[in-house]
Amino acid sequence: MIRLFSRDLRLAVRAGGGFGLGLAFFLIVTVLVPFGVGPDNATLRAIAPGILWVGALLACLLSLDRIFQLDFEDGSLDLLATAPIPLEGVVLAKAAAHWVTTGLPLTLAAPVLGLLLNLAPQGYVWLTLTLALGTPALSMIGAFGAALTVGLKRGGLLLSLLVLPLYVPTLIFGAETVRRGAQALDTETPLLLLAGITLGAVALLPFAAAAALRINLR
Amino acid sequence: MVLSVHDLACARGGLPVLQAVSFALAPGEVLLLRGPNGIGKTTLLRTIAGLQPPLAGRIDAAPDAIAYGAHADGLKSQLTVAENLEFWAGIYGNGDIAPAFAAFDIGPLKDRLAQNLSAGQKRRLGLARLLVTGRPVWALDEPTVSLDKASVALFAAAVGAHCAAGGAALIATHIDLGLKARELDVSAFRAAAPKGEAAFDEAFL
Repeated sequence: MIRLFSRDLRLAVRAGGGFGLGLAFFLIVTVLVPFGVGPDNATLRAIAPGILWVGALLACLLSLDRIFQLDFEDGSLDLLATAPIPLEGVVLAKAAAHWVTTGLPLTLAAPVLGLLLNLAPQGYVWLTLTLALGTPALSMIGAFGAALTVGLKRGGLLLSLLVLPLYVPTLIFGAETVRRGAQALDTETPLLLLAGITLGAVALLPFAAAAALRINLR
Repeated sequence: MVLSVHDLACARGGLPVLQAVSFALAPGEVLLLRGPNGIGKTTLLRTIAGLQPPLAGRIDAAPDAIAYGAHADGLKSQLTVAENLEFWAGIYGNGDIAPAFAAFDIGPLKDRLAQNLSAGQKRRLGLARLLVTGRPVWALDEPTVSLDKASVALFAAAVGAHCAAGGAALIATHIDLGLKARELDVSAFRAAAPKGEAAFDEAFL
């Protein structure tokens, strides 16, 4: 599993691996929003938590279809399915690699981009914390969606349609925590729910994704 | 017996293609699967490799006994030859990739990116993967596609050495490998086509 994880990381940073694309997308979205809604500081401050979370979520979505599709196309997935590591482990390793190349950079970059949206000073800690807690769920749910659509022509579009509704709870509790944090309100409940969703996704979805892969490989 | 198949039936795309396939493979034996295109050799191999469930019948083999070699080599084009092989060696828990390099004569290529290899060189690298799996039964699907004569000889020698060491191989191929091998003509097991159903489906296709 560690080998697969490190191979995926290495592939992501090599030429054509797509590392940084999600980050650049996130940057562009957050830069575009002030152009769209105007430079009013109060408006920007009010929408900052939501925009940052939606931006991170869409950036995460960009690279999802690569999780299994490339391995499916070059035959590696067949060989991995017959290798001595369980398919559940393959899913987990690949989701983890996706998180490290997408979710983690987004989490680290988000405070800087919060500045562009005039996020309230108390909000930065919560923004980083919720993204760190929530993006693993985005990668894991995305891996499940990618497993469902692997092998389909134009599966990427269908993948977005399948995965975005599943992202809703993470988005709601993530953005809500940041909003409350920015207004110095109590954040415990949404934060715990966010953590619960992530833990639940990481615990259960590898099995669902592996089952979907087995069916798609037939 | 390292692998025995009893009354196996398998399907491709929902249609049964083979039925009542039975054979056994002893250690040191090579079994060549013959038959025209589309008869179901790949489907049979995928079923035996465990990638798809059989419609009926039974496959007896030790767990983790079968190394499957498909049409596609499963290479990552942005990784070097050595990195590709090391990855598979790691997955199968084998550290030493030098014998695999030697067997398929890819040592001189080891620092090259897989995307810069020729088709035959890629195939050799894909076949070298079998040696690092350390598994006793090789189930290979057209392993000699795009190989030149010398490479086919390398491959035959590798299969020979594998069998001499107690392994076995099940190979779907159309060419003569020059190995002492039993042949199994898969077309004898062609599934009776459910005529009525096919016509019914065709009306909607």
